[in-house]
Amino acid sequence: MNPATMSAAAAAGVSVMSVAPSAYLVVGTILFAIGLAGALLKRNALSIFLSIELMMNAVNLLFLTYARMRGDAAGQMVVFFVIAIAAAEAAIGLAIFVALFRARQTVDVDKINFLKW
Amino acid sequence: MTYPLWLIPALPLAGFLVNGLVALIAGWQRAAGRTAAWREAHPDAGHGDHGHAPHGGGHGHDDPAGHGHDSHGAHGHGPSVPALPYWQRLFHGVVGVGATGLSCVLALGVVVPFVRESLASENGLPAVVETAYRWMSAGPYVLDIAFRLDALSALMLSFVTFVGTLIHLYSVGYMQDEEGFGRFFAYLNLFMFSMLTLVMANSLPVLFIGWEGVGLCSYLLIGYYYDKDFAAAAGKKAFVTNRVGDFGMVLGIFGIFALFGTADFSFVDMARHGAMNGHAPLSVYAVCLLLFLGACGKSAQVPLYVWLPDAMAGPTPVSALIHAATMVTAGVYLVARCSAVFVLAPDALTVVAWVGAATAIFAASIGLAQNDIKKVLAYSTVSQLGYMFLACGVGAFGAGMFHVFTHAFFKACLFLGSGSVIMAMHHEQDMRAMGGLRPKIPQTYWTMMIATVAIAGIPPLAGFFSKDQILGAAFGAGHPGLFAVGLVTAGMTAFYMFRLARMTFFGTFRGSKEAEGHIHESPATMTVPLWVLAAGALGLGFLGVPEVLGGSNTFMRFLAPSLAASHPHEVSIATEYLLMGMSVAVAAAGILVAWRWYGAAGATPQVPSVQADAFYRGTGPLGPIVANKWNVDEGIEALVLEPFRKIGTALWRGFDALVIDGVINASAFLVELTGDLARFFTTGNVRNYILTLTLGVLTFTLYVWIR
Amino acid sequence: MPFAPSDMALIVPELFLTAAGLVLLVAATAVSRAQEKQIALWSIASLVVTGFLLAVPASAGAGARSAFGGMFAADGYSLFFKVLILAAGVVTILFSLRFVGDSPYPGGEYYGLLLFATVGMMFMVSGTHLISIYVALELMALSQYVLAGYFKRETKSIEAAAKYFVLGAFSSGVLLYGISLVFGATGSLSLAAVSRSIVLGPKSPLLVLGIILVACGLFFKIASAPFHVWAPDVYEGAPTPISAFFAVGPKLAAYAIFARIFFSGFGHNSSEWTVIIAASSALTMVVGNVGALMQQNVKRMLGYSSIGHAGYALLGLLAYGSKDFGLSSILIYLTAYALMNLGAFGLVVLLETKGYAGESVDDFNGLAKKNPLAAGVMVLFLLSLAGIPPTAGFVGKYLLFSAAMQAGWFWLTLLAVLMSAVSLFYYFRIVRAMYLVEGTGELRWREEPAVTVAILACAALTLFLGVYPQPLIALAKACLLS
Repeated sequence: MNPATMSAAAAAGVSVMSVAPSAYLVVGTILFAIGLAGALLKRNALSIFLSIELMMNAVNLLFLTYARMRGDAAGQMVVFFVIAIAAAEAAIGLAIFVALFRARQTVDVDKINFLKW
Repeated sequence: MTYPLWLIPALPLAGFLVNGLVALIAGWQRAAGRTAAWREAHPDAGHGDHGHAPHGGGHGHDDPAGHGHDSHGAHGHGPSVPALPYWQRLFHGVVGVGATGLSCVLALGVVVPFVRESLASENGLPAVVETAYRWMSAGPYVLDIAFRLDALSALMLSFVTFVGTLIHLYSVGYMQDEEGFGRFFAYLNLFMFSMLTLVMANSLPVLFIGWEGVGLCSYLLIGYYYDKDFAAAAGKKAFVTNRVGDFGMVLGIFGIFALFGTADFSFVDMARHGAMNGHAPLSVYAVCLLLFLGACGKSAQVPLYVWLPDAMAGPTPVSALIHAATMVTAGVYLVARCSAVFVLAPDALTVVAWVGAATAIFAASIGLAQNDIKKVLAYSTVSQLGYMFLACGVGAFGAGMFHVFTHAFFKACLFLGSGSVIMAMHHEQDMRAMGGLRPKIPQTYWTMMIATVAIAGIPPLAGFFSKDQILGAAFGAGHPGLFAVGLVTAGMTAFYMFRLARMTFFGTFRGSKEAEGHIHESPATMTVPLWVLAAGALGLGFLGVPEVLGGSNTFMRFLAPSLAASHPHEVSIATEYLLMGMSVAVAAAGILVAWRWYGAAGATPQVPSVQADAFYRGTGPLGPIVANKWNVDEGIEALVLEPFRKIGTALWRGFDALVIDGVINASAFLVELTGDLARFFTTGNVRNYILTLTLGVLTFTLYVWIR
Repeated sequence: MPFAPSDMALIVPELFLTAAGLVLLVAATAVSRAQEKQIALWSIASLVVTGFLLAVPASAGAGARSAFGGMFAADGYSLFFKVLILAAGVVTILFSLRFVGDSPYPGGEYYGLLLFATVGMMFMVSGTHLISIYVALELMALSQYVLAGYFKRETKSIEAAAKYFVLGAFSSGVLLYGISLVFGATGSLSLAAVSRSIVLGPKSPLLVLGIILVACGLFFKIASAPFHVWAPDVYEGAPTPISAFFAVGPKLAAYAIFARIFFSGFGHNSSEWTVIIAASSALTMVVGNVGALMQQNVKRMLGYSSIGHAGYALLGLLAYGSKDFGLSSILIYLTAYALMNLGAFGLVVLLETKGYAGESVDDFNGLAKKNPLAAGVMVLFLLSLAGIPPTAGFVGKYLLFSAAMQAGWFWLTLLAVLMSAVSLFYYFRIVRAMYLVEGTGELRWREEPAVTVAILACAALTLFLGVYPQPLIALAKACLLS
């Protein structure tokens, strides 16, 4: 958003934050819930992992919103950390799933229960 | 005192370390030598690292009926396992006996002056407490490793070290053919260390060190012949019952903590002076009963007594030391030590008394019909321990401790004598196969007879005085029921002990001709301890001659400062004579019957006594039940273990063989509950795990919200 | 945020270990399998040097200092844990020398990963800001996932890694959500600031939810019920030295931050969080000890046992009312816990000659006769685990239970004592196997001085701290949170 359009918007009496922050919180929470549901319902390890990534990004959204609401940049800083960690996690997770597939020819978690009880 | 108290337990500990280390190193060398020899003999066996037969061989048992036998010597091992070389045995023996003997000398060195001064002073000496160092101090609690010398611990100290030394000496002869000679002495010394810590501790947690230590040593020594299934099974039983007891013990310690704010024995004085921190008496009852539960486990009281008879699978010196003279009396010691707390809860004391009485008569009745010589003695021990608790329960803690003291001597003598018999008989323990041993092993015979007369309660031997005081106290405290039970038990005791003596030493030999030829008297290392113990059984009763017989009851006077003030209900002198006469008469009757029934020349291994057989048949179904130990093991199996097994498959899988594939009886709802509890949480499926995690989060959130 | 170059001085040990890890990781690509042992030895050396770097300022009397705008604290509390963690790292590497060396998997990266995990834990225990804690925790966790699956062609190992990864990622999502709520409610992430704003601000349900979620995330790391589900599987599947490491290092670090976050961050909300900790503690003790009863695999049994121990240790957090006593009890207990678990796992390492053989309880049969020293040492560890005096385990438990009683948690103490009694049943299955059961066949046994030395050191300390724990108690008292 360049300054020109911003001031134009301001002149028109429309707030930049036309959407209330609480709406972002709701979206974030819903996204988290979707991720949670995916983690619970999916059988493919990769899908579960992607669902968990969704949960983390939902948290990112929450952090950004809180940062905005509180005017504290620490929340935005957190997001970078989380993104970096999620990337590292993806790298390691995929490597593990590849190795798992090589060993067991499947990444269906319902079939991976050699270790139990 | 010129030397610190801690030296007394430290010496056996040092003995344990030295013997253990040397045995370890020698064992390695021997094993290496044997492997080398084996490889030489089997040059084609490759590198020898593919599961070939175990070294030493001979572990298989072609003798399933041998269960319960103190299999000793070469019997337990193959012939390829030789006894230790002479110099090695000498070393282990000298270290083992020396450490205990020296600690006995040190113990007597402090006990004798203590006793003398204590008796000389008006109210006895105050307890000597020596703090070795600070153990823990955290929060408001401070705990020291401290040793205590007062009348009670002086008493325990003297006989534990003395009898212990004799039994160590005896073991030198008894265990000489064992490969694990050094290991055995190491365990025995470790036991002495633990037992001394137990009796000298100045606080319950330190006492607990010894408490667990003796339990562990007992466990390891029962399993000493661990290539025998029976020993393993016996160890298991000892383990389970002791866990129940220890649970009570630990809670009792924490309870004492909660009541008095301290766990060192100053709480005894606090209790005596009525400082109860404003706690309701109910909690005192609970604490007393918990401590008593601990005592029951250690001292084999009903219903936790089942392990003691089975513990006889261990070597005989172990039975004598741990399972007769010392460890099993730790429970009585605990109750006596906490007597000031117990008297605050009179109903708890009544429980103690009745449990003791029940144990006494119950175990004695089982002892009537046992044929294994060690089993008779084992049930006798349980029964006598019952007497001791009976005494404590009626408030006569001193009488209970007196019986602990005399019992240590005559029962150790009996056990060691039985060991000598067993050795003479080449590991035969069945009395039906004995008989007529009197002329062949005269020293064993005489010493055992003295101890037998002593335990039967014939004056003026030791057992008479201690038992009589218990019975007198039970009557005097207004418990004629307890008195009657005690009296009947006294008769039974006399009967089964003389039955043992008659079957073993009198009549004709009922074993094989070959066995008869091998009978031999034991070496001096074994007979000397027997004589010393017999002398104790003969004379120690005079330490506690009651006033009515013209004595001054020195023993009670000495112990009194350590125990709760008992309020003896005075009975008239005439009554006292009457009670005494009754107990002697009952004992004499028991002896008479046993003498008439057993040891006759015509007895056979099948029918050792015609009269007893007839009587046995006359009792209808009761006789076989008694002979089968009142079917208690079976009853426990059916009533307790079976449902328990069903309720907690998981629990029992813990130490029974795994129930294959977790087949769960659908009818037992509870089984599924416990079994599935673990399964529910850990199905092995990640999706279920995620669900568990999610539910956990939700539950905790809800819990906080609705709370 | 103010940044002073002098802040860097405080993290010199961590920087050094990171650098060492990187160098060794690169070097590992260049060495042959025969030279891997050098890497291992260098790793041990760098752990030791790190220890020195930690000890030098501490011995110079440097007090608690904070760096990077309150993100990192170099205080006695963190020092206590760091030393323990480094020691656990050294022992783990000693366990691994032959274990990894004899395996078909090249071990170069293994040691680098161990060092990274250690760095993560060190930063964790020093973290005083939710984000620095989170990042450090992830550094530890990511290294752990790989280590769990290091024997990647073994189905058990890779399965353990996959499960651990999925559940770990999930739980860190929960933790992160909790952190975001705390941030939303208090507007800050530094523990001190969070604590301040809790005192000043109104009580918000958002904050309570955040605290609960953070607690749940940490429950996962310490493996307390119902978030313990991963632990038995991972302990069983991972290579044994790694199981030993997991049972000790990450748990120590997680307990350290648990206490730090809840005591110095959420202390004023203790009425909310103590109830869930109490609930989790009770459940954990039961699940861990009952679960262990039916196990046939020793590693799995030790896994369940360590779950049970997590439940006991939570008692110390509950003693928030007398928090110095509670916290010092935790420190002592965890020290004992580390020693006895490392030792017990070490004996499994020795028995495990090939693949996964040697993990069953039956493999201990007759050990007392064939190797009396090993059997005796194992008995010592098991006694300590069960809390029998005079061992370090008894001292730890005794103090913990006393602290819990002092704080008024009678029913939990009762349950803890009951569960300790139950625990003896499964610990003594091993004693029984060693002493009362005749072994069949020749005992397979790894003769390995490095492992033996490590085990004997653990045994000596376990016994010493049981007999004379006072120096440790004094040390723990000096290392409490200010």
